Amino acid sequence: MYVYDQYDQKIIDERVAQYRDQTRRFLAGELSEEEFRPLRLQNGLYVQRLAPMLRIAVPYGLMNSMQLRKLAEISRTYDKGYAHISTRQNVQLNWPRLAEVPDILAELATVQMHAIQTSGNCIRNTTTDQYAGVAIDELEDPRPYCEIIRQWSTLHPEFAFLPRKFKIAVCGSTQDRAAIHFHDIGIELIANDIGETGFKVLVGGGLGRTPVIGSVVCEWLSKKHLLTYLESILRVYNKHGRRDNKYKARIKILVKAMGIDAFREAVEHEWKALKDGPSTLTEQEFVRARSFFDAPDYQILDSDVANAQLDVQCTQDGIFGNWVRRNTQKHRVPGYRIVTISLKATGFAPGDVTAEQLELLAELSDMYAFGEIRSTHQQNLVLGDVQISSLYELWQHLQAAGLATPNIGYLTDIICCPGGDYCSLANAKSLPVAEAIQTRFDDIDYMYDLGPLELNISGCMNACGHHHIGHIGILGVDKKGQEFYQVCLGGSQSKEASIGSILGPSFKQEDMPDVIDNILSTYVTLRLEEESFLETYRRVGIDPFKERVYAQAH
Amino acid sequence: MPRLIKQGHILEDGWLPLNPDIALPTSGQICTLQQWQQLVDKNGSAVQLEAGQEPIPLFPFLREIQLVVINFPVFTDGRGFSYARDLRERGYHGELRACGHFIRDQLTYLHRCGFDAFQMADESGLDSALASLRDFSEHYQATIDQPLPLFRRRAQTTH
Repeated sequence: MYVYDQYDQKIIDERVAQYRDQTRRFLAGELSEEEFRPLRLQNGLYVQRLAPMLRIAVPYGLMNSMQLRKLAEISRTYDKGYAHISTRQNVQLNWPRLAEVPDILAELATVQMHAIQTSGNCIRNTTTDQYAGVAIDELEDPRPYCEIIRQWSTLHPEFAFLPRKFKIAVCGSTQDRAAIHFHDIGIELIANDIGETGFKVLVGGGLGRTPVIGSVVCEWLSKKHLLTYLESILRVYNKHGRRDNKYKARIKILVKAMGIDAFREAVEHEWKALKDGPSTLTEQEFVRARSFFDAPDYQILDSDVANAQLDVQCTQDGIFGNWVRRNTQKHRVPGYRIVTISLKATGFAPGDVTAEQLELLAELSDMYAFGEIRSTHQQNLVLGDVQISSLYELWQHLQAAGLATPNIGYLTDIICCPGGDYCSLANAKSLPVAEAIQTRFDDIDYMYDLGPLELNISGCMNACGHHHIGHIGILGVDKKGQEFYQVCLGGSQSKEASIGSILGPSFKQEDMPDVIDNILSTYVTLRLEEESFLETYRRVGIDPFKERVYAQAH
Repeated sequence: MPRLIKQGHILEDGWLPLNPDIALPTSGQICTLQQWQQLVDKNGSAVQLEAGQEPIPLFPFLREIQLVVINFPVFTDGRGFSYARDLRERGYHGELRACGHFIRDQLTYLHRCGFDAFQMADESGLDSALASLRDFSEHYQATIDQPLPLFRRRAQTTH
């Protein structure tokens, strides 16, 4: 993974000092609440219902074991002994004290971490595929480009006071695991006829109040032009994005208002002044960026032998077999597997991880996965490179620590924002709904029978729980001071992206498990052989689900 | 006379302030964009842009203009950062001044985008504002004060 040199370290250290002084001035009354707000937000600090929340950046979801240990230590010293993985692959602390945040940032800086631009109206953490570099369907590793974008966007002087927040995602594989259609800018690595790779650039996608699928602004961008082109898009947005209404301030609204062709023209006009300038990337910089993501020292393994042994272990221990089938994925190197660690055990908030679990995972990543770990936008963690022959041993450790729930990609692997229990923006609680659903559908055979299913819950229109792109999406709404839940069906974050359709009037919290039950039963009744929930939904439409759910509810 | 930060020093402003109510400003006075567009001779002129007024009309006169002021209506309105770079990237070398409701913590970003003068709403903070220009000694991006991005400078030091 990327390692700071003296320049990176200096920038981060100076940022800590700057923020320490800003906090001091705020506490001394020299900075008003209004002036401090964007400053603390650009350092990841929200003021929430019960305490501030600090969002720590995990650039494109990649961490090492030293960083995990530091996060464990910080969560113990400055918080309540646990952390939360967010849907932007970041790590959140729910109970830090405002006055201690500079100390936390100084601790983070010692392990090359920070909280820069994890919030506020600026360019946020760039995200990517959690299987980057190890996926079998990858054209090219997207992480070197993510790192180049990270450096360019970090403390960018021109784009720190944009109309609204700005999110970039990069994908380098056939299957899109980075949801690039739902980002302000989505970047896809593609190959041309002569085998060169370049970028296809999407713009104006997003969730939130107005979900939109991104439009193609550039079909083919040579790699060297990446930064000047991004800068041109941002400049058009910074100058022309709406600032009069925060609900219409995202770039998707500007792109819709101008039309994608006029928007593209405006970008190309700006690009004339920047193209081929000093920010044009050099081959040397690509080589440097790639060098940090070289393959680790894989052993040459006989995968047939390893797989045969694994089959025996799976047969002997059915629970292990379930876990291998759901929580491990094929790896591009023979004899290795990708392991997803489920943070979705029933009874625990989705994405929460304790200090002890973080320390254990640090140790396990050192033992089995070259000391690296990834966070996912589905709020789980991933060990990217595990030898098949070590899986059983690894699983035993995970199982003992409550980290081996075999549900990745299935119903109870719920994406869920912190909701009304923590967040001051939320209209409704989301965690109790997730737990009620996990509890109701704890029959593992039924869950497997339902097949791959993505259920996403957001506590408000800001859509941090990505409800629009869940196969089943749940949105907390406020009806005259009471918490209700709206359901949408048919969303998908894949390359065949779609935004879910609203089922109908919203439901009370206690009715939600029944509502989900009815939706699932409708699917089970109507499905053809081997058909997934999403496929059935796309074939039959929303009506049969509507009829069933509302016939019983009213 | 109002004081301001100019090229790293605290100085008194030599320009007469903007007066939108007069038809033709006197020489040595800052013009609104509308007043400035009426000027027959733009040599040595000074013009103030508001948020929403892109600097495009200024482009043909960048050698003649002596001062461009960019006003920030609220400090969260970042359009002025892009206007500044537009002007500098097209070769404007005169004074580029920020005025209005920006805050001290933005000075280093403003400076990097090409501003070399800062007229703050509250003059009492000029000293600490001046100090904040030194908050960062290193940057990743290509900007007006450092035209080479870090990746190019890194490459130079390793060879």
